[in-house]
Amino acid sequence: MSQQEALTPPPTVESFYKFVAEGKLMAVKCKKCGKIIAPPRPVCDGCLSRDLEWVQLKGEGELVTFTIIHVPPVQFASMAPYTVAVVKMDEGPKLPGIVKGVTQPDQLKIGMRMKVVFEPAPQQQTWPQWPRYYFEPA
Amino acid sequence: MSGKPLAAIVSAGLSKFGRREGLYGRELFLEAAGEAFDRCPNLDPRRDIKGVFVGHMGESYEHQGHTGPTISDWLGLTPTQGFRFESACASSSAALRCAVMAIASGLLDIVLVGGVEKMTHRTTPEVTEYLAMASDFPFEQWHGLTFPGLFALMATAHMHKYGTTEEQLAMVAVKNHKNASMNPKAQFQKVITLEDALKSRVIAWPLKLFDCSPITDGASCAILVKPELAKKFTDTPIYIIGSGGATDRLGVYARDDITSLLSAKVASQEAYKMAGVEPKDIDVAEVHDCFTIAEVILYEDLGFCPKGYGGKFIEEGQTHIGGKIPVNTSGGLKAKGHPVGATGVAQVYEIYLQLTGQAGPRQVSGAEIALTHNMGGSGASAFVHIYRRGD
Repeated sequence: MSQQEALTPPPTVESFYKFVAEGKLMAVKCKKCGKIIAPPRPVCDGCLSRDLEWVQLKGEGELVTFTIIHVPPVQFASMAPYTVAVVKMDEGPKLPGIVKGVTQPDQLKIGMRMKVVFEPAPQQQTWPQWPRYYFEPA
Repeated sequence: MSGKPLAAIVSAGLSKFGRREGLYGRELFLEAAGEAFDRCPNLDPRRDIKGVFVGHMGESYEHQGHTGPTISDWLGLTPTQGFRFESACASSSAALRCAVMAIASGLLDIVLVGGVEKMTHRTTPEVTEYLAMASDFPFEQWHGLTFPGLFALMATAHMHKYGTTEEQLAMVAVKNHKNASMNPKAQFQKVITLEDALKSRVIAWPLKLFDCSPITDGASCAILVKPELAKKFTDTPIYIIGSGGATDRLGVYARDDITSLLSAKVASQEAYKMAGVEPKDIDVAEVHDCFTIAEVILYEDLGFCPKGYGGKFIEEGQTHIGGKIPVNTSGGLKAKGHPVGATGVAQVYEIYLQLTGQAGPRQVSGAEIALTHNMGGSGASAFVHIYRRGD
């Protein structure tokens, strides 16, 4: 791929989270095999092509699995217990994320519809300054 | 039925596992190496050892990296070449596989392989943070996942898809604690009941405290030689006849099937093929039970039972000593302890004892063919080795 065709912004983790700060869940689509990839990466994990374009995900999908974290890392201590789920987005990619407002297993059912929600980014002075996206039952 | 020996293990050593206050990792390593040297009086370490291969996950614990030369120095083997291998919790199995490659290539004929981690002097939140570095930072750690959380994602999915129960997971813990009670080097020496396990506090639902392996200090060591040299050092060598390695997607979320460990499947298929054996030929196995659900999934992905049957397999007692295929006779990571960098070669130590008839009350009678499976992180790396008792 020539320099002129390089994707802007580049298909990186940093770009993904800049989009999240704008309330957008973005993936890259492989122009060769059509695979939609999130988190984005510079090379298609389906066919190894580097010819990619940005696409916006609708932000809806299906619950694949989940856990409820009772013993959290230090920086999540104030949130515990909290739920983290894996959601298969309707466009194909699977993403992990915290599920807002769920602390009991019977509040969720595998296969149920989920949607993405965004919250203002926490003020971080040091790397990484990434906002988070969250899930909630649709 | 068995493949050609790739390398011979002529001795092994293991430090006591547990909370080892006042010892530095390099000192723990000497405890393990000292046992291996004592068991092998014909070995002259300075004359014979051509390389030191050490598994070590994290420099954060002791503020000490550059582990290859560090351990070589403390062994008194300077200027021998020393290497540090890092593959998270599979670090010393990565060292083992590369030692096998070094010997099989003919480049080195005698290698000391081992692993070490000193962890308990750090607080639990610190250790949790260091271990988490083996998972995907921008998407797993950043969204609040811990290691128990990652395996809990697999457990929830496995329970949903196959009907595996929390009781069946607890049975893995009960078995491994029972085995550890017969292993004087294990961190935990007490048997537990199913009720103890089921009533323990929730760490990452559906996993509870007794579903999780502990934080441990420990070191492990084995002496590998080219097969033709084995009888110079011992009358009872064991041979490595199969070796496999594989990776999986770093993030659990990115995997096609969250109820399965692809790296275990691929690495074991390679090792079985090389060894010329099948899962039914394995007499005893040490597998990576960092969490109880991992052992259940591994029964399936290593081919000990059909996919989805792992829960029933433990419930039927098939993996107890005396069962169809005893698994984790040492007590496993769960109860022997899990000093991450040391774990892979600690599994080798148990197999060395089992195949040379030195495992005492936990001996599997007549064991001839054995398997170890060791994984890094949530299974993004795995190494499988198959062993045969020497004649």
